[in-house]
Amino acid sequence: MAIHCSRTCLQYLIHLAHDNVDFRLPEIMALLSLRGKQFDPGENFEEKSPFWRLNGLSEEDVKSIMARTVCAKSAFELWGHGRTHSELRTSLLKYPTENMSPFLQKDSTYKINVYTFNKTLEFEDRIKKIDELEYLPFKGRVNLKNPKHTFSLLEDYGMDPNNIPETPLYIYFGRWISDGQRELIRSHSVKNRHFIGNTSMDAGLSFIMANHARVKAHDLVYDPFVGTGSLLVACSHFGAYVCGMDIDYNTIHGMGKASRKNQKWRGPDENIRANLRQYGSEKLYVDVLVSDASKAVWRDGVLFDAIVTDPPYGIRESTRRTGSQKDSVNSVKPFEDYVGDSHVPVSMAYHLSDIFTDLLNFSAHHLVIGGRLVYWLPIYRPEYCEEMVPLHPCLRLVSNCEQTLSSHTSRRLITMEKIKEPEETDALAHLSDPHFSVYQGHNAFREKYFSGISKRMLTGKEETNKIANGGE
Amino acid sequence: MKLLTHNMLTSHVKGVTKGYPLLIKATEVKVSEEEFNPNFVSRMIPKLEWSALVQAADGLGHLQDLPTELIADYEANEDFLRKVHRVLLEVEVLEGCLQCPESGREFPITRGVPNMLLNEEEA
Repeated sequence: MAIHCSRTCLQYLIHLAHDNVDFRLPEIMALLSLRGKQFDPGENFEEKSPFWRLNGLSEEDVKSIMARTVCAKSAFELWGHGRTHSELRTSLLKYPTENMSPFLQKDSTYKINVYTFNKTLEFEDRIKKIDELEYLPFKGRVNLKNPKHTFSLLEDYGMDPNNIPETPLYIYFGRWISDGQRELIRSHSVKNRHFIGNTSMDAGLSFIMANHARVKAHDLVYDPFVGTGSLLVACSHFGAYVCGMDIDYNTIHGMGKASRKNQKWRGPDENIRANLRQYGSEKLYVDVLVSDASKAVWRDGVLFDAIVTDPPYGIRESTRRTGSQKDSVNSVKPFEDYVGDSHVPVSMAYHLSDIFTDLLNFSAHHLVIGGRLVYWLPIYRPEYCEEMVPLHPCLRLVSNCEQTLSSHTSRRLITMEKIKEPEETDALAHLSDPHFSVYQGHNAFREKYFSGISKRMLTGKEETNKIANGGE
Repeated sequence: MKLLTHNMLTSHVKGVTKGYPLLIKATEVKVSEEEFNPNFVSRMIPKLEWSALVQAADGLGHLQDLPTELIADYEANEDFLRKVHRVLLEVEVLEGCLQCPESGREFPITRGVPNMLLNEEEA
């Protein structure tokens, strides 16, 4: 007996892309929270699976999420599911016909897709599976080119490409609602961007960051280490006004040596503003400044809706700040690709621990309540533990997602949300246990990063010497 | 540099306590039409230092009919919001400098970008 459900009792199936797996749940949760909704998965939820079933949402909620997400490929109104085709059929026959009939009308057109995860299926087999669904009351005509309604049969063959089962582990059937924004990864690719640098953020990750930060239209978003503005491109795509700062005069002004392989010098139209113009969001460009993020150039009361940034790690670009000669322990040689006077009088090593404490303190003072800070934290994997993530009494840690860079290094995307205004008595940013401050000491992360490499090189040399000397 | 940004910047020269607002000395100003977004303007107004905005616009000769006092119930007042929009986002200082009101230190603006970096003695 079919039980009538209101539309919000429906389950929606989200089909996610199988990359940046750790970043997906925080992205979807952030986008749900923009709609005031909780993440409420169906039973047997598996985060690593490409298929998620979600409860408690309206079709408008789902469409809004799909209009933003770069992690999810498509969303479906779930009509049935099961471990076998027999279970699927039982499930589909239980689905209320009054919920189905608006989309199966005689005068409408439809198409059924078959999608198999982790398996390739021949055309004939796909047709066979569609034919097996003949028990569904489709009354309209099939139109493969431009159907009014699209349906999908999705089969999950597990996540082990070396062990693909004969029959699917799980099967879903649903009405297609909307696709996600993965096309942005291609359309906004750094490969085609007017102005790039060595550290320009990859398009997919920059949109993920904007989503983690809950950036929305009419917001004011700030990047204190703006570089070539990749993060501003992503944030402005979602309608936010953007501003940024960088200590490097040449990067801000789009001057100096180019980062592209066959290009020697930057062209006249290469700067952050030009990047926004390339994607049609120049009207959202506020300003960029040449300045030192560790200095207080913003007055009290300046409030940003989000701070989205990729601070320097001290590897591909140097970490710098202005300071007096006597404070600098070693003399610092100028970095390679600067042209002429870079307008930084003395470059002091900006200790990595200071970058993050400054960033968290700045965010505590200059975010709106509920506003988010999203930034990358470089990690030396052999020594990592959660206590290394900096904390602040005014900021709540929302998520921490790892992207592996090498066997011994990774970076973690940290998202924090401002929960209260700073008071005089509040401690500054701290680590939950100061013992874990691996960033203490002069560029300690840079040392660890390079020590791993030089150790291997050293071992290699010793081996070569042994062989050359005819062994021990 | 737009006047929205100028409204948020302060001098951080060592020892200065009254570094806001910075004085604008412009040699090249551009006024361009930008798409009007009442939501954004409305949300920015409470975060602005109104008198500094008026002073800056006036100093550039672009005050026009912007009220010198913030009016009540501005959210629904499209006329008022348009005036604020013009001053915040359509007036840009391309060349010139920002001057610290207390120390006199000048921060250059080149191609629309202010350079707030200080030398080692001043930081």
